[in-house]
Amino acid sequence: MNTAGYMRRFGVTGRGLVVVLPYLWLLLFFVVPFVIVLKISFSDIDLAIPPYKPLLEWVGKNSLAIKLDFNNYAFLFTDRLYINAFLNSIKVAFISTVLCILIGYPMAYGIARAKPATRNLLLLLVILPFWTSLLLRVYAWIGLLKANGVINNVLIWLGVIQDPLTMLYTPFAMYIGIVYSYLPFFILPLYANLEKMDWQLLEAAEDLGCKPWQAFYKITLPLSRNGMLAGSMLVFIPAVGEFVIPALLGGPNALMIGRVLWDEFFSNRAWPVASAVAILLLILLVPFMMWYQSVQARESAGAR
Amino acid sequence: MNYKSSYFILTCLGFGFAFLYIPILSMVVFSFNASKLVTVWDAAHSPTLKWYYSLLNNEEILDAAWISLKVAVINASGSVILGTLAGFGLARFSQFRGRFTLNAMTTAPLVMPEVITGLSLLLLFVALEQLIGWPAGRGITTMTIGHMTFSMAYVTVIVNSRLATFDTALEEAAMDLGARPLKVFFVITLPIIFPAILSGWLLAFTLSWDDLVISSFTSGPGSSTLPMVVFSKVRLGVSPEINVLATITITVVTLMIVGVSLWMSRMAKLDKAAV
Amino acid sequence: MTTSGGALVKAAPWNDPNARPYVQVDRITKSFGEFKAVDDVSLKIYKGEIFCLLGASGCGKTTLLRMLGGFETPSSGKIFIDGEDMTGVPPYERPVNMMFQSYALFPHMNVEQNVAFGLKQDGVAKSEIQDRVATMLGLVKLGDFAKRKPHQLSGGQRQRVALARSLVKRPKLLLLDEPLGALDKKLREHTQFELISLQDKLGVTFVVVTHDQEEAMTLASRIGVMNQGEIVQAGTPSEIYEFPSSKFVADFVGSVNMFEGKLIEDEPEYVRIGSDELGATIYVSHGISAPPEATVWAAVRPEKIFMSTAAPEGTDNVVRGAVQDIAYLGDLSIYLVKLPTGKVVRVTQPNTSRHAEAITWDQQVYLSWDATSPVVVTR
Ligand SMILES: Nc1ncnc2c1ncn2[C@@H]1O[C@H](COP(=O)(O)OP(=O)(O)OP(=O)(O)O)[C@@H](O)[C@H]1O
Ligand SMILES: [Mg+2]
Repeated sequence: MNTAGYMRRFGVTGRGLVVVLPYLWLLLFFVVPFVIVLKISFSDIDLAIPPYKPLLEWVGKNSLAIKLDFNNYAFLFTDRLYINAFLNSIKVAFISTVLCILIGYPMAYGIARAKPATRNLLLLLVILPFWTSLLLRVYAWIGLLKANGVINNVLIWLGVIQDPLTMLYTPFAMYIGIVYSYLPFFILPLYANLEKMDWQLLEAAEDLGCKPWQAFYKITLPLSRNGMLAGSMLVFIPAVGEFVIPALLGGPNALMIGRVLWDEFFSNRAWPVASAVAILLLILLVPFMMWYQSVQARESAGAR
Repeated sequence: MNYKSSYFILTCLGFGFAFLYIPILSMVVFSFNASKLVTVWDAAHSPTLKWYYSLLNNEEILDAAWISLKVAVINASGSVILGTLAGFGLARFSQFRGRFTLNAMTTAPLVMPEVITGLSLLLLFVALEQLIGWPAGRGITTMTIGHMTFSMAYVTVIVNSRLATFDTALEEAAMDLGARPLKVFFVITLPIIFPAILSGWLLAFTLSWDDLVISSFTSGPGSSTLPMVVFSKVRLGVSPEINVLATITITVVTLMIVGVSLWMSRMAKLDKAAV
Repeated sequence: MTTSGGALVKAAPWNDPNARPYVQVDRITKSFGEFKAVDDVSLKIYKGEIFCLLGASGCGKTTLLRMLGGFETPSSGKIFIDGEDMTGVPPYERPVNMMFQSYALFPHMNVEQNVAFGLKQDGVAKSEIQDRVATMLGLVKLGDFAKRKPHQLSGGQRQRVALARSLVKRPKLLLLDEPLGALDKKLREHTQFELISLQDKLGVTFVVVTHDQEEAMTLASRIGVMNQGEIVQAGTPSEIYEFPSSKFVADFVGSVNMFEGKLIEDEPEYVRIGSDELGATIYVSHGISAPPEATVWAAVRPEKIFMSTAAPEGTDNVVRGAVQDIAYLGDLSIYLVKLPTGKVVRVTQPNTSRHAEAITWDQQVYLSWDATSPVVVTR
């Protein structure tokens, strides 16, 4: 703060130099692209390279016409496919988030309350998969879930089932894949929050007559709310637009909006439609992102 | 911890970690399987290293790995520079115009679905090419730019949170002893937050090395990265070579993570003792 | 009472209107938003002094010190060091060094590198750096610890490294923010004397922040007592203690019995104060300047009160009361005596003899003091 105060006086230019580079970079490569996406979502499809008509056209000699074409959006709302994909993505992301909470909360809690040495080891074990390729880890589930995959083989060998279960290319497989991939993203922020918790609060609550589960419900849960929210956002938001997992585990009719966008873009070369999908997806997610940011701000304000 | 009443928690931990690790272990085990059927253990001829040889002779995969490596290294280095600048700015300058925007722009990429980032970057590159002729076509450059855009956000977060716990008196003391602000940054701040910057570099490297979606959007002909090749292979079904690739990746990552975290916990101890 | 700079105290440049101050603080104010952390402070500090800023937590001591160091910009006012206006001069260009409360030792450098840091910034030749660092480390008795990292040192050793680091540049002015705050009582007392002898040897001017009045008394050539951003009194330790200028100072420095009353006789050579609180009159053998009938306070230090079982002579400066509480502190005992008016008076008595005539609980005693003892303050 006071260094800043000092720098405010003498380093105005130096200060500017520090932030100007990342600022411009993000402006050019993160913000401006959205403007272009927005623009293209309003243009017509064209059989050209690039496959869309310019938005600004010279009409006659010197008048410039802007042609906004709402057809792409109208198209998205008339074809049930897109609406279904949107709704389905939200459903899948929501259920996956709930599953992550159910599995991840006890894990984060257990890690946070373990002895320091054990805690670091467990934390390392959570972080490790996060550093290994998502693609390869999703791929591993194909091997496990296939008709002649490991799970079916084991179950048949144990005599639990006679015929292999169909698991791969089902919603079940997709949920497994998403929860599996995003679990560390939920556990880590929650753990970071629980780690700062003063566990004597629980003892105080029990001393005042709470049963352990009541103490958990009345003390731990509310205090870890921000960590839980941050973790949930880190699961929910990317999961809505997830492409790889439904593409590999979900089978041909797993309707997820990320996948629809991908197909429109790569298979149909319908860039304007893909752009319109992206814009709608963005509009859907921006409130959640802002929520995430405010949760983060609160969390770091509380940390100091 | 008081495990008396927490068999429930222990069970959850057990199941949770089994869930996280069984798939990984299964890949490791089956990488030594002789059968081409991948998941059917061929007890007669296994374990074998034959898929390891076959992977190491797979030109397509090796080429892709080389491209991935180049992109990942450039990306990590660039992201660390941009992310450190942004993180330093956010942590040290309490008020400046555009602070809110910068904060938002470095948080959003963390949660933005990759298909959106990828699509928007591609459309930007196409538009730029039409407008000013750069970048001419797409390939390593455009991919690296794409990766840096979201990797630097991660580095920013890491550096920012490290600086939040940094005792500013150290910087003031250096200035008091006659060092100018720039010198203070390089001689005092940078060495002390170096572990955070290193983990930022490693994270940026990994993010880039693993990325499929943004690469797919921003790459051009002849510049397929490793994840892109793996993806196209996996779509056609399981392949023993992928198990090998996974095993190698897991080994390298494990060694790296364990090594770095041992080193860092030692650094952290020094750090704590010094304050 | 003062151990530092005996010659300086005798010379007392602060009493000489023509003496040139080394540091001149001219009507400095520092506001954080609406709040004034330092409020219109003016100060003159002379060469070779140990000037202590003493005050309760949050009164603005650190803020004032940081403005001297250049880490904080004054909202208004000017600071002159050696006659030079310091406005706009950054910390790395001031002839001033600071010893931080947290020591701020660089954790990635060893003791030697820490101490050498400042000299390196000035581009001093390598061999000279080596000599000066070695000399300095010898001076603070850390010669054997040169290669250690800060985390391998004890609290007291770290404190000495921080001191060496800030002194090795031979600053003309050294600012110390609670330099001994992190040390235990024994070590702190020991280090106070080391600080003084070091300061004497090097002839540096010190400005020391502390909230410990004993420390201020031991170290200072002069003390500036701060309250809510203002300097309420500046003077030598004995001036501050014997002649506090206000109730606040009298109360803050040492403990004191304060009796509220009204002037009933106001002569140039003496005054007499009638105090309902005391239930007696107070006779003071020096004149004061206050309007007649004004409310005044007479401050009497506990160690200046005599306690006896037999009635002393005279009626001024004598009261009777009952011992309410006794605290035995080893070298002395504190007695709380309750007067008929309800006022409780604090009295300290040295425990000179082991079998002294014991005064015990609930005993009736007489309290009295010399006419020179009370200090009369009007605010
Ligand atoms: N950067 C700042 N922003 C706002 N208020 C501040 C800032 N720095 C100090 N203050 C306020 O100014 C007042 C004086 O602070 P300062 O640190 O000078 O106190 P101090 O006398 O050194 O106290 P202590 O003995 O506790 O160190 C405090 O009330 C503090 O809250
Ligand atoms: Mg202070």
